[in-house]
Parts: sequence; structure tokens; C-alpha cells
Amino acid sequence: MTRLATCGLIDRAQTLRFTFDGRAYQGHAGDTLASALLANGVRLVGRSFKYHRPRGIWGLGSEEPNVLVELRDGARQEPNTRATTAELFEGLSARSQNRWPSLRFDVMALNGLLGPLLSAGFYYKTFMWPAAFWEKVYEPLIRRAAGLGRAATAPDPDRYERMHAHCDVLVVGAGPTGLAAALAAARTGARVILADEDFALGGRLLAERQEIDGAPATGWVARVLAELQNLPDVTLLPRTTIFGAFDHGTYGAVQRVADHLAEPAPGQPRQRAWTIVAKRVVLAAGAVERPIAFPGNDRPGVMSAAAARGYLHRYAVLPGRRAVVFTAGDDGWRTALALRDAGAEVTVVDPRDRPACPGLRVVAGARVVGTGGRLCLISVRLDTGEAIAADLLAVSGGWNPTLHLASHQGGRPHWDEALAAFLPGTPPPGMAVAGAAAGRFTLAACLADGAAAGLQAARDAGHEGQPLALPRADDEPAGLRALYHVPGRKAFVDFQHDVTADDIALAAREGFRSVEHAKRYTTLGMATDQGRTANVVGLAILAEATGRGIAETGTTIFRPPYTPVAIGALAGAQTGPDFRPTRLTPLHAWSARHGASFVTTGAWLRPEWYARPGEAGWRDSVDREVLHVRRAAGFCDVSTLGKIEVVGPGAAALLDFVYANDISTLKPGRIRYGLMLREDGFVLDDGTCARLSENRFFVTTTTANAARVMQHLEYAHQVLRPELDVSILSVTDAWAQIALAGPRARDVLAQVTAQDVSNAALPHMACTEAVFAGGLRGRLYRLSFSGELAFELGVPPDDAEALADRLRAAGAEPYGTEALGVLRIEKGHAGGGEINGQTTAGNLGLGRMLSRRKEFIGRVMAQRPALVDPARPVLVGLRGDGLRTGAHLLEPGAAANTANDLGHVTASCWSPHLQAQIGLALLSGGQARIGTRIRVYDALRGQDGEAEVVAPVFIDPEGTRTRA
Amino acid sequence: MRIPCPLCGERDAAEFSTIGSAPPPRPSADAPMEDWHAYLHLRDNPAGLHAELWQHIHGCRQWLRVMRDTRSHAVASAEACRP
Ligand SMILES: [Zn+2]
Repeated sequence: MTRLATCGLIDRAQTLRFTFDGRAYQGHAGDTLASALLANGVRLVGRSFKYHRPRGIWGLGSEEPNVLVELRDGARQEPNTRATTAELFEGLSARSQNRWPSLRFDVMALNGLLGPLLSAGFYYKTFMWPAAFWEKVYEPLIRRAAGLGRAATAPDPDRYERMHAHCDVLVVGAGPTGLAAALAAARTGARVILADEDFALGGRLLAERQEIDGAPATGWVARVLAELQNLPDVTLLPRTTIFGAFDHGTYGAVQRVADHLAEPAPGQPRQRAWTIVAKRVVLAAGAVERPIAFPGNDRPGVMSAAAARGYLHRYAVLPGRRAVVFTAGDDGWRTALALRDAGAEVTVVDPRDRPACPGLRVVAGARVVGTGGRLCLISVRLDTGEAIAADLLAVSGGWNPTLHLASHQGGRPHWDEALAAFLPGTPPPGMAVAGAAAGRFTLAACLADGAAAGLQAARDAGHEGQPLALPRADDEPAGLRALYHVPGRKAFVDFQHDVTADDIALAAREGFRSVEHAKRYTTLGMATDQGRTANVVGLAILAEATGRGIAETGTTIFRPPYTPVAIGALAGAQTGPDFRPTRLTPLHAWSARHGASFVTTGAWLRPEWYARPGEAGWRDSVDREVLHVRRAAGFCDVSTLGKIEVVGPGAAALLDFVYANDISTLKPGRIRYGLMLREDGFVLDDGTCARLSENRFFVTTTTANAARVMQHLEYAHQVLRPELDVSILSVTDAWAQIALAGPRARDVLAQVTAQDVSNAALPHMACTEAVFAGGLRGRLYRLSFSGELAFELGVPPDDAEALADRLRAAGAEPYGTEALGVLRIEKGHAGGGEINGQTTAGNLGLGRMLSRRKEFIGRVMAQRPALVDPARPVLVGLRGDGLRTGAHLLEPGAAANTANDLGHVTASCWSPHLQAQIGLALLSGGQARIGTRIRVYDALRGQDGEAEVVAPVFIDPEGTRTRA
Repeated sequence: MRIPCPLCGERDAAEFSTIGSAPPPRPSADAPMEDWHAYLHLRDNPAGLHAELWQHIHGCRQWLRVMRDTRSHAVASAEACRP
């Protein structure tokens, strides 16, 4: 055990049990998986991606490149989580990745011997030939050998949700800079959101032993958080990563609501994706320490010096008893002193000339050139020739500002030679970068910078307040000599992608000198951590190899997401049947009670048929429903039709403009079948238009095109005819609409209304206000899509069930969409299969509807030569066994190829009325082919047959039934 | 992206739908076919300020003429087509 008895921010009273690779361990509340493993002396925790080299913990937080683990089991199994960010909980089971059969003995470590084959650009070189080998041999081999964790194969049992928020000031990062910024902004009364990816707020202050106002800094953190918590307009978001900066002050965030629990509490989401719109943003994301590339720098036991200090102070873990600190700057010395004070034996190796220090062994002017040990570090070799026995090598190569969000909108970081760091370029509008993220690496500077940036942000967002009285703190020494690289083999730059210094030098030699090319050739910085620890070292080596400076070499920029985001969090609740809302008609429950099964039609569920006991299959139900309509009366829920009211002095003129046929000549109380064209001349939609009064029209659309027609009407009005005084309102949900059809429809209707519904009082295509039995107020339209005497009854949704009950009691039977389809095919009405975006009015046999006396949308383009070409397929009827929708039509005897294609079957059904298989089709030269036979060829279903071409109206072509 | 709707205020682009470039004025009924062809099919694709039509479908349902920079997504103006 390496846990110290005192210090740290863990709760020793709370012991948590967990397993790693099947072995049981214990940690405490406040631990991460990484700190708990270190406390248990576990140092080998992963294998590297390509060479399967043993790896240990390098970092303290989300910058960790090595230790990706699988968490949990079964459906909740989750790969590639950083052990350094996984909060420990009771019963956590974690596993190492990318090893077989075990972490200690990994067969694939042989890849290390193949190193020369797997060097930079190996994808492009090694496996080029023979080409067929790629798919069959190389790729499967590489995939098995190099990889990350395994995702769960069962569906995710957890919920995710999405949240939207607005604020004046968004502060990213809750270290000293972010806390000062949030406090300064919040005290002005501004709406502030403070987000940090850690579960504890305080940032680097939690990992240091520093003083603010003469007392431990953690006390200041607690006081600031307490004040912020009590302000009503401040939202604190721990466990929340701001992962992307998008246009116009929009930020994406993911909150790990229940990742620290074995499973979410009932009703609690696992994660929550936020869209935050901020007037101003203070980026206070801090900085992470970068490594130095030297031979053997990836051995478990080699760790970031700042992380080593963090494990000591925050988690009370002593990461090594015999430590070597290899540091190019003053920061590493703080780690050395902290380790010394905790009782470790410490040697400091510094390339600079440094004086002696009590309690430390100092080797000044030296570098580390190698490490020893198989699965863990046991020794460190210096360029002085000395070898030092050690179980910890803490490395400090300087700091990289965490400037990712500042470059998400394209701002290119620039190199600051004095600080030896990339600093943010132009950040997105509204963002200020403060503290260590802006290259101010000391505590007093961070506090001052954060306070100033927070106040300025609040002022820019329209609030006013006083500058914060700055707490007292010191600026720690921050001297640094830029040192990136100690030459030698197996000096790792990108730990996660196994890119070495040699790989980068090789890329430069082979001509990949541009930073963008070298990145892609070596895959430097292209792993899941986007090279957070690797990039600067890699660029420095590339700069050296190409004889340029780092400033001249430049850097690649970062893109969202800052850290990986689960797709589930982004999808939120929109999965499976909840992918979009399901719309139910007012009669849905009634239909279900009467045996209906339902079919998805766009967003709607509609009754497809109403099965009865004893019916062997759906055909029995549909045939019965169709015949009942043809012989007596049936009714159908058509509430899904789009319904639009068009009202105002300009309503008739607007409808004349959007319909291809005349509407303004329609008399109040009458209905007209209407056809709308697109501006390019093709048919958009069909439906009915009832003139309720002089300036009030009721328009219906097909179910599928309801939203589109609404948008089309608004476009025609607002963009093309703004001078017209019209209001347009969707009333689809305001009316339950029921079609009543059949020779006995009038008898049924007479039983549900006292009104005169005779042919004289209510002729075909007339409409009226109506009162139905029981005092239900509504509207009555006489129109037909089935070819029968038919009406449509409209009532408020709450009255729909009562009306349906009365219709049924009066002898009408409900029918579903399948019967509706059979009835319309028998009558030859164009539907979705025919109005398919590629047909003209003429193709559908509706050419005579196009008005010659007015201007309307689509009129000019409908006259294009190609659209009036007589060879275009036109609507015909077909009769023949085996007709199936989608089958192609050919001249009998013609070869089945595209050149001979004459059209296709657009709809087909069994007609119980005609006792025949019938269909509708779009057929080239169809009018002239009526009475002939045609080949019906269905390659998809392997069917080939013949059918008779007939007129598209199979029933009552004169319309006497409809007008009866 | 945020679009400043003149009726509703600044709203997320997810509340809007767009047909892309704002078409030129609609030709008269007796204009030559070439004019109609241009009206329906020909659009500029500038790197810079671009006139677009957006409809606030999940808000006030107004069609808006939006001037947007295609390089930066900066919205210079948004006006209702029918004020
Ligand atoms: Zn609006």
C-alpha cells in the first residue's frame, strides 16, 4: 500500500470495494480508479495501442494518454474510459484493454519486435501488396493486434437527456482562475454557469499545497463555492465537460450525471448533453504538463511530475519511495520537495545548473537517457553514465495551455518562445482566455487574471460591479529551459498512438515536413486524446529535424469534441420509438378497443384494419371492410389529413395562385377537388378546398404532405404574394375527421343528425355547419374518395368517440387504411404512389384541371416540352394475377432491360368487389395501350407475368353512385 | 448557429428550416423560358455574404431573408419577407 495516513481530500471513513482485471481492491470515496490503483501499488495498467508495450498511469485527469480501461459489465460495459477520470464507486469492475491473454503476459507484445515494420507510415508501405491481401489478411490481423476496448453488445439500458441553457457568462474550468472569474462575474448579478470536468471543483488547487490569504487554498475554494452556491443566478456544473465551441456563442457540454454510480437512480439519466448559449465566455481550462521524449520514457512508473504531486496532495498516495525527478524547469522541484516531505528518497535531474537543496540529491546539468525494468520501472540511467535505482520517474517538460476551445472556430495558436508554449490565437467572438490557459502559470497571476476577465465578461454582458478584492497569494518560481527530447531509440512522443521521436524524424526525412502531413503520416495527435500531451513535443522534434523553429513549423488546430462524447448523450431521449414524436388520432383508443392494428404513416399511427374473431388473416378483415362499404356503409378515421384554414380578403386570390384549378369561382358552401403544382411544373399534392364563407376556406392535404403544403402556402403568401391580406392556420389537430361511405351512408347519416341531408339539401361537393346527435357541433362535407355516396364529418377531437359510437350503432362499420387503399385503387384516385414528385397533372389524367384563365404556381414550367412529351408514362389500370407494386412494365417479348422499360406498377390490391387482382400503373403511351396486354416483370421478387391494360377507373366511371 | 428573428428574437438555427439561396424575383407569366430557368435553377455560391431564405417553422412561421457570411456564419441581418 502506498496510501499515506494523513492528508488528501479522500474520505477515509468510506471504504469502496472494486475489482481490476478480476482482482479485488479497496479505495475510498473521493478516489479515481487511477488513484485507487496507485494506492494499491498497481502500476501496470494497460498495453499500448500498436506495440502492446506495458504502460502505467502518466497523468492526473482527462489528459491521460495511457490508461484507457473498460468499466462495468454486461449491457453497461463501456470501453476506453480514462482511469484518471473514472470516479470510484462501490462494486466498480474495471478491466485493462488491448492485451491477450493477460496484462502481464501479452502475446502481441511481439509487435514490439516488429517495430521497424510498424513505423511511421506503415499503413502506406508495409501492406501495399498484394492488394487482395489487405482485406483478407492484413486488416483483420492489424485489427486484432492493435486496438482499444470492446463496446457492449446489448442495448444500453440507461437514459440520456438533453438540456438547453442561456447565461451571461460561461466559465470553463473551476481552478483558481475560473473560481475568481465566476465570483467576479456573479457578484455583478450576472447569470453565470461554471463548469468543470472534475467531480470536485477547485482544479489545480486540489492538487497543490498552496496558501491563499495565509491559509490552505482549499479553504478559499470552499468559501468561494459556498458563496456561488447561494447566488440564485449561478449554476455550478461539476462532472461537466464543455466539449465544443460552436457558432454564435453556442457551447456543447456533457454532464456525467450518474457515471459515478453503479447504476443511475430511478428516473435519473446517465448523462446529460447541454447546449449552452453564452453572451460571454471565460476559458479558464488551465494547462497540462508535457512529457520529455527520452528512451524508455513510457515504462510504468514514469509519470508527469505535476500528476505525482497531485496524487500525493489530493489522494494521499505516495507514487514512489525512491523517486527521480527529471525536470527542465522549477515546477518539477515542487514535486521533488513534496515527495521529500512525504518521506521519499528523491534525486532531481535538471539539465540546468542548479544549487544543492536540503534533503534532495541534485544532479545538475544532466539528462535521463534510459530506463530499466520489464513491466515496471526499476532504474533510471543518466547521460553522466550513472544508473539510479528508482520506482518513480517524475518528468516535467513544461506546461501546455489547454486552449482547445479557443481554436474550435479556427483560431490558430501561436508559439511563445519565452514561455515555451503555444498560446491561444484569436478566440471565438465573446470568449476571453484567462489564467494558465493563456500562459499565466502562477497562482497570484491566475487569480488576478480570472477576476479581471470575469468582471469584464459580466460588464460586456450588460452588468456592472466592483473589481474583486484579490485574495493574497504568491507567484511560485516558474523558470524553464525548453527541453523536449533526449535522443535515442524508443523515445515515445504520442503514448496513445505509439509514435516515437524516430517516427517523426523518419517522416521529415521522407518529405512529410509540413505539420499537417507529418501528423497524418505518423498519426501523431490523432488518438482519442488529440495529442494533448504529445503535440508540442512532436512539433519540436519535427522543427529540429527540418531545421526550422517551432514558431515557423506551426501547429495543427483542435476540433470538437475536446474529449470523446458518447453518441448516446448526444441522441438524448430520441432513440427507438422515441426518435420522433408519435402522433395519435382522436379515435386511436376507440380503434384499439375495436380490434384495430396500427400502421406507421409518417409520424402517425393509423388503424390498418379492424380484425374480428374468426378471421384467418388480414385479407379476411380487409375484404370484409371493403365489401361492407360497397354494399352498405363504412366509416374511416381520416383525421390525419392536413387541414388548413385560409382566411381573409385575399384568401381566394392566394388559393387561385397556389391551386392549378380555379378556386375563386367556388361558391360559399361548396367544395372543389384541388391540385397544387410545384413551381417546376410537377404535381405537389391534391386535396379538397371548401369555401366556408366568402373569405374563409378550409383546405385539406394528403397526410404525407401536410407540413409541406402548409410551408408552401406560407411561402406563396409571404414571399411571392405579400400584398395579399390573408391568414393561414394549421387546424389539423383541431378536428377529428371521419369519412362515411357506402350506398347506405345517407341512411346512417340521417340517424346521427336531424339536419336535411337529402341530395337537394346537401348535393355532391357541398358543405355545411352541422349539429350531430347528442348536440355535437361540427361540419359536414359531401365528398368521396371511394366512388361511393360519401360524407366527411368533422367534430372537435373530444367528441370523436361519441360520434364513432353513434355511426356504428346506425349500421356503419369502421374500416382501416388498407380498405381505404383498395377503395381508392378501385376508383382510380391518384395517391402517394402516383403523386411521386415526377408526375405532371397530364400524367395523372388531370390535365384538364389546369386553368387557362389565371396565373398559378407551376403554370409556365408545366408547359416545358419534356413535361408535355406524349411518351411520358401516364396513369392506367392493370388487371392480372400476380400484380405487385414496384414491378416494371415491358412490351411482351421485349428483353428486360432499362432501355425497354415502359413504366411501373404504382399500386396493387385484391379487389373483393371485382374478384380480381388489380393495379394502377404509370405506363408510357398508356392511353393507346388500353385493351392490350403488357409484360409485368419484377426482378426483385423474381416474378414475371402479364396483365391487361385497362382504364384506371374500375368502378362506376360515370360517377352515378357518388351523386346518388 | 443563432438567427435573429425580427419577431421572436435570436433563436437557435434548429428552430428554422431553409431553402438556401434567396431566389431572384419571380418572372412574369409571359417571361421567356430562360428567365424561368434562371429563377428556378441558377444560384450563386459566394464565399462571403449570401442572401438566404429561412423559415422560423418552430416559432412565428415567418419566412426571413437572412444575410449570412458563408465563411464565418456571421449573420449580418434577418428581415421578414412580409414585414
Ligand atoms: Zn420568429
